[in-house]
Amino acid sequence: MTTQAGVGPSLHTSTVERRSGGRRLPPPPASVWVPAALVAAVMLLPLAYLVVRAAGAGSEALEFVFRPRTAGLFLRTAGLALAVTVASAAIAIPLAWLTVRTDLPFRRLWSVLATLPLVIPTYVGGFVIVASLGPRGLLQKLLESLWGIERLPEIYGFPGAMLALTLFTYPYLLLTVRAGLQGIDPASEEASRSLGDGPWATFFRVTLPQLRPAIASGSLIVALYTLSDFGAVSLLRFDSFTRAIYLQYQGSFDRTMAAVLALLLVVLTLAILTAEGWSRGRRMYHRSTPGAARVARTLTLGRWRSPALLFCAGVVFLALIVPVAVLIYWLSQGLLAGNAFKTVGGAAVSSVYASGLAGIVAVAAALPVSLLSVRWPGKTSALLERATYSGYALPGIVVALALVFFGANYATFLYQTLALLVVAYVVRFLPQAVGAARSSLLQVSPSLEDAARSLGQPPLGVMAKITIPLIRNGLLAGAALVFLTAMKELPATLLLSPIGFKTLATTIWTATAEGFFAEAALPALILILVSGISLIFMFHPARGRTGHGDVE
Amino acid sequence: MKLTLSLAIGLLGLVGLVLTAAACAGQPPQGTLTIYSGRNENLVGPLLQRYAKDTGVNVRVRYGDTAELAATILEEGDNSPADVFLAQDAGALGAIAQVGRFRNLPESTLRKVDERFRSPKGEWVGLSGRARVVAYNTNKLKESDLPDSIAGFIDPKWKGKIGWAPTNGSFQAFVTALRTTEGEGNASAWLEGIKKNEPKNYSNNIAIVDAIGNGEIEVGFVNHYYLYTFLRERGEKFPVRNYHPRGGGSGAMVNVAGIGVLKTTKNGPAAERFIDFLLDKEAQQYFAQETFEYPLASAVPAPQGFKPLASINAPKIDLSSLADLNGTLRLLRDRGVL
Repeated sequence: MTTQAGVGPSLHTSTVERRSGGRRLPPPPASVWVPAALVAAVMLLPLAYLVVRAAGAGSEALEFVFRPRTAGLFLRTAGLALAVTVASAAIAIPLAWLTVRTDLPFRRLWSVLATLPLVIPTYVGGFVIVASLGPRGLLQKLLESLWGIERLPEIYGFPGAMLALTLFTYPYLLLTVRAGLQGIDPASEEASRSLGDGPWATFFRVTLPQLRPAIASGSLIVALYTLSDFGAVSLLRFDSFTRAIYLQYQGSFDRTMAAVLALLLVVLTLAILTAEGWSRGRRMYHRSTPGAARVARTLTLGRWRSPALLFCAGVVFLALIVPVAVLIYWLSQGLLAGNAFKTVGGAAVSSVYASGLAGIVAVAAALPVSLLSVRWPGKTSALLERATYSGYALPGIVVALALVFFGANYATFLYQTLALLVVAYVVRFLPQAVGAARSSLLQVSPSLEDAARSLGQPPLGVMAKITIPLIRNGLLAGAALVFLTAMKELPATLLLSPIGFKTLATTIWTATAEGFFAEAALPALILILVSGISLIFMFHPARGRTGHGDVE
Repeated sequence: MKLTLSLAIGLLGLVGLVLTAAACAGQPPQGTLTIYSGRNENLVGPLLQRYAKDTGVNVRVRYGDTAELAATILEEGDNSPADVFLAQDAGALGAIAQVGRFRNLPESTLRKVDERFRSPKGEWVGLSGRARVVAYNTNKLKESDLPDSIAGFIDPKWKGKIGWAPTNGSFQAFVTALRTTEGEGNASAWLEGIKKNEPKNYSNNIAIVDAIGNGEIEVGFVNHYYLYTFLRERGEKFPVRNYHPRGGGSGAMVNVAGIGVLKTTKNGPAAERFIDFLLDKEAQQYFAQETFEYPLASAVPAPQGFKPLASINAPKIDLSSLADLNGTLRLLRDRGVL
């Protein structure tokens, strides 16, 4: 007893072993796990709602689950998610490497342009794809005037949906891989080169494995976004889970069967999360020796310069130039036809305000969750972190209705207020902030935090003085991602915003619901412009690197 | 460190802001009417503004998709802030009525609309009507060439001349009516028969009317109002007209957009006055002019050139029973139409 009492907490900490390095862990302080648990509880609301709704279903639900069509839905949806993720990786990884590590001309410009498609909502992008590449679309008109081609093959179904989702979601992967590349200590790559490996071998043997957490978290964001998306699958008519869930609401007003379907989607999400969990493993990604990392050497492209430029230009042309050009064309058609355009300034301000709040709240919520999962890895912390994904893969309408249910019945004072709308955005998009915070935390060595602890700092002090400054860029990136995604959010905005609250997304929706392309073009262009400006802010040179060397 | 501090202060300030905003938005002022509208703001917005201006009632509108707003009202339960629900189709009104969430409308309001176009129990009333028609090319066909009902189009002489839009909501609602009125077997046989005539697939009604106009096809199954947009833009010479099957059946069905008052409203009389306003001549004519829909208040005549509602041989069905889309989708898939 006496000897135990004599052992102080700091001594205790330094003697136990950290599991990641073969040592054992102290339990997390309450200042970390209590907020993390609270966040996870809020994030689980949609799941709780689905269980409540599905509980009302009887044996017909079982029949519904086990009919062949449901299995088909399951496979089709999983196939789409896989295809979109692989295609996004094939675009994003080379782009990230080219813009971070090589002497590609106009690197910063390409980074911004290649990330911009992220801000195009799929319900606008899908529209543009149908209008430009559809059987009787703009491309067909062009070909008809040149060679008299009267009809192009159908793009509806899998190819169209995959194209739309890939073009407008690969930037999520690009951003995480870029951040990952910037955070890698180049020392091991240099060692590889000095031992005689060429640039390709070094990339595949050293760089790519170190990028694993970044690629995995980005892929997760893309795959789960694909599951939740409604815009692309409805416009391009691909029969996915999300479309089937919407049809349940629209066709038969059946909330019970919609909930059963949505729970199946949760099962698919769990499978994807498990796969990503395996890929994480228990490896270390931070540098193990003291001292600051240097900036990585820039690789000379040489004769690869032209193909590299062509690749960047091709991606940017398809994912950004074509949609913006089509929107401008519609706008000009509307202007020529003498349409009066409503001002959308108020809607733009509302969009930025609500989405900005969502970005800030999301980062504050992501911090304890990611800290817990990185510094205290284990079953419980993994479960808490995974819980934050439950709203992300669900269709927006499900999350919106869950918060309608809880808000109207159990938090009346919050119902249809801006506060609840911000909560809805966070429930839908928190994993984007958690992913960004996690990958940058993984690159910070815990020995720095241990040192601060042993010098007498309390856990909160360590977080404020050491951890947060070191992962500042990851947090900013996370806030920006949530902000940009919330800007284009539609179903929750329509149902949960204060009555009469108009955003750019709802303005676009109002205009397209009756097929007024010209009228939708203006708010859509402004949405792209406003989001684009915040992206440029994200790429400010001072924020270009993660903070290994920034500690004084 | 500095950054953390300013971030923390900023965060606190924002949380405060959100809470004040929340507190402000909490209580609606007196004399307000809260409307959930599944009809587009571009369409009904001006009408609602006029009402607010004329009566001094503070009108607050939540616009959204009809089905999603119906689900929202169902989830809100007894705490729904909505006074009235303005819906794009009768199925959504039926879903709310089915769980007893509408209060009965006054007899004086109901009497303004033909009983085919309102809830049998008086829970909702139709505001404007959409007729199902066969659109045909007037250069190639006369109305007398067309069969009495849509069943006639399974005749092989129509091979390659028909257009339809199987993925379109209005087509699917029509198939639901077909199943309800004529039974699954007959509906299935009709689909099979039309498919043998190799109809051309289009993505929506506008594309069908356009294709009939340029002679790509001769007839198509559409809703009546699309034609009038073309006539307005291209003039009377546009060679397409509507045919309401003289023999009736679901090919001549008339669906409605309508409205009901929630049981939980605290503004019952104001809500009922609002519905009367929408059934007045002015509002009814507005619907006819803006959307080319049929006015449903019996005192208001259909626009020039429309076949009068009374002479359309529409089937007698409870419109709110048209909600079973799942069965329709299954049938369309089984028949290889979708």
